[in-house]
Amino acid sequence: MRTLEKLREPGLLRTLTRRLRSLKVSSPVTLMEVCGTHTMAIHRAGLPSVFPPNLHVLSGPGCPVCVTPTEYLDRAMAMAREYGVMLTTFGDMMRVPGSSGNLTFLRGEGYPVEVVYSPLGALDLAREHQEQQVVFLAVGFETTAPTVAATVKYAREQQLRNFSILCAHKLIPPALEVLLADPEINVDGFILPGHVSVILGSEPYRFIAEKHHRACVITGFEPADVAQGILMLVEQLRSGEPRVEIQYRRGVRPEGNARALKFVDELFEPADATWRGFGLIPKSGLVLREAFSEFDAAERFPVEIEPQPEPAGCLCGEVVRGKVAPPECGLFARACTPDTPVGPCMVSSEGACAAFYRYSPQSRTSKGGSDDD
Amino acid sequence: MCLGIPMEVVALIPPDRARVEAGSVSTEVSLQLVENVSVGDYVIVHAGFAIQVMDLEAAEETYQLLNELAEAEAEMEEEAALNREAPRQ
Amino acid sequence: MTRSPGDSGDRILLAHGAGGSLMHRLIRELLLKYLDSPELAPLDDAAELRIEGDRLAFSTDSFVVKPLFFPGGDIGSLAVSGTVNDLLMKGARPAYLSLGLVLEEGLPIADLARILESIQRTSQAAEVSVVTGDTKVVPRGEADGVFINTAGIGSILPETNVGGSNARPGDAVIVSGGIGEHGIAVMTERNGLKLGGDIASDAAPLNRVVLPILERFGGAVHVLRDPTRGGVAASLNEIADASHVEIALEESAVPVREQVNAVCELLGFDPLYVPCEGRFLAVVDGAVADGVVELLRAELDCPLATRIGEVSPSDAGLVQLHTTSGGRRILDMPAGELLPRIC
Repeated sequence: MRTLEKLREPGLLRTLTRRLRSLKVSSPVTLMEVCGTHTMAIHRAGLPSVFPPNLHVLSGPGCPVCVTPTEYLDRAMAMAREYGVMLTTFGDMMRVPGSSGNLTFLRGEGYPVEVVYSPLGALDLAREHQEQQVVFLAVGFETTAPTVAATVKYAREQQLRNFSILCAHKLIPPALEVLLADPEINVDGFILPGHVSVILGSEPYRFIAEKHHRACVITGFEPADVAQGILMLVEQLRSGEPRVEIQYRRGVRPEGNARALKFVDELFEPADATWRGFGLIPKSGLVLREAFSEFDAAERFPVEIEPQPEPAGCLCGEVVRGKVAPPECGLFARACTPDTPVGPCMVSSEGACAAFYRYSPQSRTSKGGSDDD
Repeated sequence: MCLGIPMEVVALIPPDRARVEAGSVSTEVSLQLVENVSVGDYVIVHAGFAIQVMDLEAAEETYQLLNELAEAEAEMEEEAALNREAPRQ
Repeated sequence: MTRSPGDSGDRILLAHGAGGSLMHRLIRELLLKYLDSPELAPLDDAAELRIEGDRLAFSTDSFVVKPLFFPGGDIGSLAVSGTVNDLLMKGARPAYLSLGLVLEEGLPIADLARILESIQRTSQAAEVSVVTGDTKVVPRGEADGVFINTAGIGSILPETNVGGSNARPGDAVIVSGGIGEHGIAVMTERNGLKLGGDIASDAAPLNRVVLPILERFGGAVHVLRDPTRGGVAASLNEIADASHVEIALEESAVPVREQVNAVCELLGFDPLYVPCEGRFLAVVDGAVADGVVELLRAELDCPLATRIGEVSPSDAGLVQLHTTSGGRRILDMPAGELLPRIC
């Protein structure tokens, strides 16, 4: 479609970034995005290099992989070791550290771990290997949960007895609520996640504007979208009337995607969930409803795992809350690098620390740190 | 989070799948999560599923708005440049 | 046993072979600990040897690819092009190849014949002869159909001195064609994505492209690299690091075919990290850069050849990307294997 290509015209983009650069913000403005793909889009386009000096954009808890707790990985890996199940996962999860290594280590030891692009890929594997139990690592926010719900329904229709999911879906609004309840948090406005909102719509964010008086713009993922979203947020702050606006109108309807929401509601119910770096957040996760519990891998393959403390010295919790910037953490670029991630923010290539490490020249005094010794 | 790619529906595959295309590359997605999709529509694809039908009019409006912004910026830059030159004359 | 969640463990991981920083550490910290020689030390694609006054280039490469046959090539064409191109990247005219075959029990003979036919065809195109070889068979399950090792030897052209550490301030970076096509062709076959579209590997021997450039521009060509594993990003980082310079890369100038871009978006890849097998990067004296591009485009059938970057002084050895949007960022070494992501 021509329109989408037009959004990428280099001429348009360059003028927009110059507009960002020359943006006059009278007092310092701090915005937060809560979406890994936004983190990636912003850094990949090099946008931080054009932000005016008193505009700051923080990365909040927007990477579902980063916030998946150590215990989840430990549980999945124990299932593979004790029951010989095949683990199927999105590529993002492969390098998330458990307490004894990650999924690439497990695969290195000879256990079957398959990367899939869609939960339907996991279902295909289950169909092709009927003798093998296949567990799908169901992580992701509101965007991904409906795809997993639909996949589990397919599995029931096809009476696949060797397919189950290990569920760790998370919900964005409860996390934002916890974030905003922290009196120390210094955020003026939110760049809200476009694709989560495709499903959710704009209504679930209203409390941010009405109760917490923060500006909100649901934003798309082209650099042009992000630039416009930021300009809209600055304008909203200037007007002094916080509300929830939609920049990503081509994808987000105020009411969301009712059909997808129905799938989620039929399969899952909200439950308390542990977020790496945040701890327990009430009603911030999804678990399978009783009627679908036969597809719950945790029930099908019970394992004992030890509770794990947060890694010592890791400030991911603070980074995700926007309280400290990645380089302020003592582990950053020393013990914790993209090759050897300690905390969640370094784990995903779009985690706040990894993106910072990767794309900001000032993040490192010498290249690669550990390469030099 | 959540990678979502706009792709054009080029063929419906009953009962609930479609062939979609972007940049001369095509793939198959499930239409379980969307309603009333026809060939020629653009859908947002996430993890093998279409999760929404794109509103092309809204896309065009977004582009127009951005274009106006860009034009306004270009004008301002021109003016600023003229102002800078003025004292020299 | 406890292990810090960050360390990469006590076993080899796929990421150790992915051309990223983990592989570089393995080479520097383990391989070079036991195997060190002045010829090996530069860690170029091929070693430069001096035998009775002759300057020879010597290189070896092993090929493991799944699937064995992919759009635009197969493991056979890859095995010849890979080693031939490594020799060319040292400024040498490839002459002879060795061929080592590790065959898995049960491999259809017809598949082997198809691979050998492709080796024959590619060697002819590359103007090299296979002059020695070895065949081993391993039990079923112990190899993925066929593994191939080739080694090659060639003589370095007179007046030529190319090497990863030779980039200088004032040089320009040129790429010979669209990037990422090999990686995307292989990946789309592998991930069961049911992708359709015209995506063929770029795997090809580069002799007919590289030799004329060396013959015409000789000493003005400072570095040649074929951006295989880790893609353009890894190669440029290696060059910047070895030459102690900074490379500024103009994102909008880098040729990427529409199909490659589309698949990259779908899988969450950056094309700059996706491997090529029939493209090269040349770092040349800025004064001849436009002439090299002109030659590539007009006479050597590389219509997409482009000047994509500039070299400037800096000890940090970084690659700065000037993005299409008008921003700047560091283009880092890839961390590990290329994994599709959805979030």
